Amino acid sequence: MRVYLDNSATTALDNDALKAMLPYFTEKFGNPSSLHSYGREALRAVDESRAKIASLIGAKPNEIYFTSGGSESDNWALKGAVYASKALNKHIVTTSIEHPAILETCEYLERKDGVKVSYVPVGKDGRVSPEAVKAAVTDDTLIVSVMFANNETGAIQPIKEIGEFCREEGILFHTDAVQAMDSQAIDVNELNIDMLSMSAHKFHGPKGIGVLYIRSGVRIERLIAGGHQERRGRAGTTDTPLIVGMAKALEIAVQNREENNRRIAALRDNFIDRVLKEIPYVYLNGGREHRLPGNANFSFGFIEGESILINLDLNGIAVSSGSACSSGSLEPSHVILALGVPEELAHSSIRFSLGRDTTAEEMDYTFKVLKETVEKLRSISPLFDSDKGTGSYV
Amino acid sequence: MYNDKVLKVFQNPSNSGEIPDADGVGTIGNASCGDIMKIYLKISGDRIVDAKFKTFGCAAAIATASVATDMVIGKTIDEALKIKNADVVEFLGGLPPQKIHCSVLAEEAIHAAIDDYRSRQNKQ
Repeated sequence: MRVYLDNSATTALDNDALKAMLPYFTEKFGNPSSLHSYGREALRAVDESRAKIASLIGAKPNEIYFTSGGSESDNWALKGAVYASKALNKHIVTTSIEHPAILETCEYLERKDGVKVSYVPVGKDGRVSPEAVKAAVTDDTLIVSVMFANNETGAIQPIKEIGEFCREEGILFHTDAVQAMDSQAIDVNELNIDMLSMSAHKFHGPKGIGVLYIRSGVRIERLIAGGHQERRGRAGTTDTPLIVGMAKALEIAVQNREENNRRIAALRDNFIDRVLKEIPYVYLNGGREHRLPGNANFSFGFIEGESILINLDLNGIAVSSGSACSSGSLEPSHVILALGVPEELAHSSIRFSLGRDTTAEEMDYTFKVLKETVEKLRSISPLFDSDKGTGSYV
Repeated sequence: MYNDKVLKVFQNPSNSGEIPDADGVGTIGNASCGDIMKIYLKISGDRIVDAKFKTFGCAAAIATASVATDMVIGKTIDEALKIKNADVVEFLGGLPPQKIHCSVLAEEAIHAAIDDYRSRQNKQ
């Protein structure tokens, strides 16, 4: 049996999205910037897609800018805002749990441009408090960037409160909504979002395409110079098939959102209950409330995450791990550590991310294999006494 | 990233467990770094007659512990000390670059177990 529980990493392309894309690879291949009929035919599809995506987040079509994906959108939002500002002192407020696309962009701006950055910590539940964000803001704060929902813990952040505050203070508010598009109702006006990053392949769209929503009136510098595409915001030949696929995928995701959320959350809740009840020394990372419906993230005491991942994979189950060993870095996940989880347990963290195609049968199988995997690896662990069924890190 | 040989050994490691009356025990690493390798040796005369391991760590750490213990069983202490991490890596048909340190841990844990055996001998 093969079970895909890594939907936060990427998702399968939706069949209808693929069908919508196909003609734009071949017979409708024109460049949307061309004036002739080939170009106009492609441009029509891009315009329709842009309007569709805009309406799904409560935006206007000319506020949608196509990019290569979430990382580019994040880079552009922060660098673009900083480079467009003439202020002498520039300050960014973000959180300690952001995606590397935000964190490394912040580090770059600190290093190269002397920008000051405040990284707001999170609680055990993986959420920032709006008060802590407010407290981090100074007179020099140019932009606040807080992710909509975290990719590792699924923790949904208090976006509405932060957006409201930023609007009152006249500070730009950006959110990386890459993990949230398929499950959360997002209206950029209701939530006072000035910029929003999304990536199509996280909601059953194609890889290599994303959006940066930029509220009209917000001025940011462009990063990719060249042609006049995207209203001179982002140069590069417009990728019609990917754009069409993204719009179709988002439309399908939003249409089925409530039903998918209910079904996926029920499978996930049942899985969390069973794991916590039937496997000893297991800890759920993050809180149970304000959590993306498909996310479950555990640490398993006395064993290491990568070996759990590999053993599940040898049984056909695909998950991801916050262990340093699985990422090729020396440090375990910065997100799990930010929750206050000790290093040895951060090394043992495993993320299960369920999706719209996940079945109850798959979760039963996963639970069974997981239980066996944990027992097997504990029998090899020097920290665990399998005869007594107890362990210790000292 | 792992080859089939590494995965096979990881899935069915030999010599996992403890030797209650071991003549030498060596432990390397710590849990906060994500790796602990513990090697138990049974030594008769100057020959290693049995070796077992317990590992907290990744698939490569478990596989290298299995191979390293296999390699030292039947060897004299001097022969065992000559086994290098590169020999373990070669036997496994290679490891990803960031996993080479796991094979170093296995070598170090065997050396630590032999050191432990020798210091016990000196005390007698």
